[in-house]
Amino acid sequence: MAATQVNPTRMELTRLKKKLVTAIKGHRLLKDKRDELMREFLDLVRENMELRLRVEEGIKSANTNFVIAKAGMSEEILHAALMAPKQEVTLIDKTKNVMSVDIPVYEYTTRTPDPNDIYSYGFAFTSSDLDGAVKSLADILPDMLRLAEVEKSCQLMASEIEKTRRRVNALEHVIIPETQSGIKYITMKLDENERSTQIRLMKVKDMMLEEAHGYSEKQNH
Amino acid sequence: MSKIAVMGDYDSIYGFAALGLDTYPVETKEEGTQLLKRLAENGYGIIYMTEKLGDTLKTAREEYMGRISPAIILIPGVSGNTGEGVKGVKGSVEQAVGSDILFGEDKQ
Repeated sequence: MAATQVNPTRMELTRLKKKLVTAIKGHRLLKDKRDELMREFLDLVRENMELRLRVEEGIKSANTNFVIAKAGMSEEILHAALMAPKQEVTLIDKTKNVMSVDIPVYEYTTRTPDPNDIYSYGFAFTSSDLDGAVKSLADILPDMLRLAEVEKSCQLMASEIEKTRRRVNALEHVIIPETQSGIKYITMKLDENERSTQIRLMKVKDMMLEEAHGYSEKQNH
Repeated sequence: MSKIAVMGDYDSIYGFAALGLDTYPVETKEEGTQLLKRLAENGYGIIYMTEKLGDTLKTAREEYMGRISPAIILIPGVSGNTGEGVKGVKGSVEQAVGSDILFGEDKQ
């Protein structure tokens, strides 16, 4: 694992020890963040799927209604009927922060409060099927907006979870073990140096004593 | 304050005009890519797109995946449901969890 070369010095040791403490702290925090994000995400994604199926079903039936409406009247009249819409939807987009991920919150206002303003045409020349079709589409609009909010949040959270997961794994399996082995290597190297210095000193002491007193000569006598 | 756009083939989207959403009929891929870029820059918060068009504009859509605005949401068109939208939801589960543990079983 210790592919990188570390200098066996005390300064490096202190640095690595500090790094290890930070890495462990960071790892714990990121792990908590990942768990919380995941919990929120799973709730949200379930709602997302539910909404999506409902909206798809709604749009499908609305589309069927429009096809029927189109069959009952000429294309020109249909185009003219929908050409100048009375109603207008404006979106107020705010953001909410969930675990450092900004997710959108949508609110919408319609230009006029009257719900009947979705019918932008006189009823004289259009078939009643068109009214039903427009109504069925208007009914699923709140669900569609909620779907947009939830689905976008899911996408943003998914990419954040992926990033966090990678960081957690990198810390857990690379950075922390590498730092630990670096610390171990330096301590061992320093201990080794110390022992070798001690032995050298003992040896020198022996030699100096030998020179001063000549023990070995005395023993021989 | 932003607006809502609907992109797709004309037959699938003209109804949304009645509700007050801005409809943009698109036929070709190039047209769609340009329009998407223009809409994204011009303050549209949500862009609904038919699944058929979304399929052809996959690479263009990916650019906006990581951004908070606009949200590009796929909806079924008049020609039917291609399953691209559901696939997108499953894709985000896969991205977050590593494998699709939630909706894997209801595959038909």
